[in-house]
Amino acid sequence: MRPPLQQLSPTAGARILGLGSRQPEQIVTNADIAARGVDTNNEWIRARVGIVERRIARHDQSVVDMAVDAGSKALADAGLTPGDIDAVLVATCTMPSYIPNAAAQTADRIGVRAAPAFDINAACAGFCYGLGTASDMIRAGSARHVLVIGAEKLSDWVDPMDRSTCIIFADGAGAAVVGPADHGERPGIGPIAAGSAGDLVETIVVADRNCFIRQEGQEVYRWAITQIAPVALRALELAGVSPADVDVLVPHQANLRIVEAIAKRMRAAGAREDMVVADDIVHSGNTSSASIPLALDHMRAEGRVRSGDLALLVGFGAGLSYAGQAVVLP
Amino acid sequence: MQVTNEEILRGLAEIVNEVAGVETSEITPEKSFVDELDIDSLSMVEIAVQVEDRFGVKVPDDVLANLKTVGDAVDYVAKTT
Repeated sequence: MRPPLQQLSPTAGARILGLGSRQPEQIVTNADIAARGVDTNNEWIRARVGIVERRIARHDQSVVDMAVDAGSKALADAGLTPGDIDAVLVATCTMPSYIPNAAAQTADRIGVRAAPAFDINAACAGFCYGLGTASDMIRAGSARHVLVIGAEKLSDWVDPMDRSTCIIFADGAGAAVVGPADHGERPGIGPIAAGSAGDLVETIVVADRNCFIRQEGQEVYRWAITQIAPVALRALELAGVSPADVDVLVPHQANLRIVEAIAKRMRAAGAREDMVVADDIVHSGNTSSASIPLALDHMRAEGRVRSGDLALLVGFGAGLSYAGQAVVLP
Repeated sequence: MQVTNEEILRGLAEIVNEVAGVETSEITPEKSFVDELDIDSLSMVEIAVQVEDRFGVKVPDDVLANLKTVGDAVDYVAKTT
């Protein structure tokens, strides 16, 4: 008789060991956008989306280039080498074509040889899905260290003259190294709270592959300000912590007003007034799956968050898709 | 329980004040949200969401687009509750 299929030894939990990020050098201000003939101005953009400037990649700077840099920095931050990494996950929705994926070439260029490498497309929720997948892989015993990267070049998919999208979207990459919580360490990644709203699919789309991103701003805004705080609260509940325990709230940097609306609802549910709220969008724009790790890395560099802080991450975007989890910062 | 138009106006004024920082005394039925109270489309969505929570009515985007004045909103809530 055939033996039962053998299983790997599980571990108790996973945690984030290091962070890294990469932004393009080119800064595009609101005045730059108005100067190229788009019918908008600094005051309007700041009032509607809270963005002062964003980073846009050069023509020869790719999603993979940014992913490689962010991933390498996260590895160094974790004190690990490419040989320590068992899998590379890249959350992205802006590769120039569907084939090939970003993860295999990113792994190879970082020096991670023959590792499982795959892309995740959950748009702006992608990084949280990647983090959840990495945590589950480590807990199941199928990997010890996983490199999770969110990398986007939205500028390739945005009509530079469409004032409803070109003011928002930007480019960049952020990464985290996830490893086991062993040797008596406590798990640092809570269970994922995730889902989708496919009935609202039409609100954020690239209609065909020669077209640009179209977004029904008002409908997406209503969805985000009403449906995302409950997801964040659910993530806390799954992790067994309360809103008052949250030191840092890091919603996907979609629009500063959405970020503020989510923070307001979290405070109404018991989050502290002194909870730090990520506002990286002000100088980075909306970088889809990269926005959460970019914000984390920037806030750490600015000294606004500390090692051991409890951060609540929540991503949401096209699909519509959403996911969030509570994490302890490295 | 029937809510009076005065109660709806008072509740709406509190919401508009909280969302957009407009003085409640300014929020009178003849005022237009966009042109006179200077409220943008995203704040209108936030107001709609809070009106839904407070009065237990649905204010979908297509309805919202037709609520030009404070009085339009009061009338809509009154006939929908």
